[in-house]
Amino acid sequence: MDLEDTPQQAAYRAQVRSWLSQHAPEAPVIAGPDAITDEDELLAARRAWQGKLAEGGLAGVTWPKEYGGQGLGPIEQVICNQEIGRAKVPGILDAIGVGMLGPTIIANGDDEQKSRYLGPMLHGDEVWCQLFSEPAAGSDLAAVQARARLQDDGSWRLSGQKVWTTNAQFASFGLLLARTDPDVPKHKGLTMFIVPMDGQGVTVRGLRQISGEAEFNEVFFDDVPLAADAVVGGVGNGWTTALTTLMYERVTIGLGSEGLGYSSDRFAKAIAALADARRDPEVRKELGEIACDLTAVRFTGYRTLSALQKGQIPGPEAGLAKVTLVANAIKAGDLIADVIGPDALEDGSEWAYMISFLPGLKSAGGTEEILRNTIGERVLGLPPAPRLDKGVPFSELRAKEGAPA
Amino acid sequence: MNLALSDEQEFLREAARGALSRFKTLEAAREALDGKDALPDLWPTAREAGWPGLLIGEDHGGAGLDVFDAMLVLGECGRVLAGVELLGHLPASAILSDAPAAAPLLDALATGERRAAYLPVSPPNDVHELWSTDPAHGFDRADAPSAVRDGEQARVSGELYFVPDAPDADLLVGVALLDGAPTGVAIEATAQGVSVEPTRRYDATRSLGHVSLTDAPATVLDAPEQSLAGAWHLAQALIAAESLGSVETALEVSVAYAKERHTFGRAIGSYQAVKHSLTEVLRQLENGRSLLYYAGWARSGCPEEFPLAASAARSVAGRALDFAARTMISVHGGIGATWEHDAPLYFRRAQLSRRLIGGTAGATDRVAGEVMAQAAA
Repeated sequence: MDLEDTPQQAAYRAQVRSWLSQHAPEAPVIAGPDAITDEDELLAARRAWQGKLAEGGLAGVTWPKEYGGQGLGPIEQVICNQEIGRAKVPGILDAIGVGMLGPTIIANGDDEQKSRYLGPMLHGDEVWCQLFSEPAAGSDLAAVQARARLQDDGSWRLSGQKVWTTNAQFASFGLLLARTDPDVPKHKGLTMFIVPMDGQGVTVRGLRQISGEAEFNEVFFDDVPLAADAVVGGVGNGWTTALTTLMYERVTIGLGSEGLGYSSDRFAKAIAALADARRDPEVRKELGEIACDLTAVRFTGYRTLSALQKGQIPGPEAGLAKVTLVANAIKAGDLIADVIGPDALEDGSEWAYMISFLPGLKSAGGTEEILRNTIGERVLGLPPAPRLDKGVPFSELRAKEGAPA
Repeated sequence: MNLALSDEQEFLREAARGALSRFKTLEAAREALDGKDALPDLWPTAREAGWPGLLIGEDHGGAGLDVFDAMLVLGECGRVLAGVELLGHLPASAILSDAPAAAPLLDALATGERRAAYLPVSPPNDVHELWSTDPAHGFDRADAPSAVRDGEQARVSGELYFVPDAPDADLLVGVALLDGAPTGVAIEATAQGVSVEPTRRYDATRSLGHVSLTDAPATVLDAPEQSLAGAWHLAQALIAAESLGSVETALEVSVAYAKERHTFGRAIGSYQAVKHSLTEVLRQLENGRSLLYYAGWARSGCPEEFPLAASAARSVAGRALDFAARTMISVHGGIGATWEHDAPLYFRRAQLSRRLIGGTAGATDRVAGEVMAQAAA
């Protein structure tokens, strides 16, 4: 049992560290007093930095070499993330594209798609967004209603709405899950498309959250034309293709949760700074319990890495770590606001931002309730609740809900 | 990075499970509550398996293993509520192993020919500045035993309450303040000035004793202070492992029942309320397991973090067992709260375990102190 790198991993770490120490001065400053404030300038700088990371082999670590990646494993990806964090430079801009959508195209796309899209994605020349969730299709993702209709010439027309779309405001392309056949059961009538975001009929609108910032977008599609070769993975195979993306999403979240910054160290520091609070039994009990759970999450991460190293893919139980992380960050924000008082809620305070961010994070990547169902069924083997949508054509389901399909 | 069990560790665990499966420990636990002398003597089994010497070096006939291996054995004991008297013996053997003066004592302890019990004295933290013991009654920590020199030896006086495994111990090992300095001491249980009063609370499988020392002659142990504090944290890690073993059984039994018991035409495990409760038990169990790995790694891999790791494991495991036992009862409905079922035995184990050796609350408080100290550093 150990937490040390193997000699091979240590060598890789040294190589990454050396590249970063050489190139860190070229990285854009994105936080603090010297941060770039102009949004366009910031975006351009982050794109360029992603390009440099890609050239240095620090982006697409797990991508096959033939697509510009390094052909390495998830452990190397984690080492690379750790070193980027240690060097205090930004990571890649398009983590969603490179982490989840690129691998989906690698697994399901055709040769032309791979050669057209993967290179510019990896280098940050074209940013991507994920167009899966809809207002009425989140945890139950297969309920998507965005409708793509086949035209006589083999092209498609797309109408509908997507939501929770990070980076849509500057993305060049989106990977979109649409319904192409409403008259079959819902998982069967889906198809995955590549959608140009500058296409006619595409509208992107920022979605402001509790904090007031808009980290997500709503995206509207009004009779958007799509070429026949926009289909990824075959017509009617959209659900299988989406599952590839979701698997990579779990891995990305599982390996990236440290990056959220919800560590017991950070919260303990805030409490310890207040002499009365640090000796108060109730505060100590609360902080102690929070620290226990967040420390557990850290070691659950190491367990996940050990499993990955042995070639195992993390299962849904890794989702329990997300539940623990979010629940305890919420408790910590509450505790810190209790001990600091209203100043913790001042505009621009790190705590106000965190307190605002967490209620939404609780549902990100699937609500906690659905996650607990999945884990209860897949890990504990408990029977599923009876379902009313199995084998029923999507159009009939929609009719029962009183809405047109 | 490797936090997986080694083949040897898997074998150790399987062997422990096999050895304990030969006894009807749960039936015995129930009958013992009725005052019958029903508990099987598991010490010969422990000796056969080499558990008494787990933490003693091979040069003294022990296995020379570390805390994680010991935790695996304790976890198996916890699964079936087996009262193997290792919670007292192993931390005592750890202090003695760190004291060259105790070398002549080790061989008999490694084979289990003689048994030791650890006298739990908690090291200071950022709020409690003194070494202290659990009180006879109430909330305030009590004074650590004191010692005076008597030639090469010392004479120890003090009271220690609810000492695990004290009644069957041949040797009592702990900490006393000698000229104000925490010092390891080993006291023969039969020596003059020593009285051990067996006692029982709520869970008949737990051997406990009140230890009273009046000028009791003691061997002074030249173990470093870190080792004396380490024994306390080791005890926390062991009781955590034992508790998580009990959580495993509680969860398995509850899940099996939720699959087979039907209401309103479907298995109760298909209802979200039941499913989510059981998933919550799993969540707490997995958190506890991760912290056991932390403690198992830290004791030798990063000793300055062992107090945090062991205390966190104790805190999570104690609360997990309470929740698991209550869930076990509620999933089974009314029958779960009767002696027809095993659930009350796990419930009793949960309630007492959480109050021994500084309690789960004490461990939680130490976690708070440790993380604030680390953050300030």
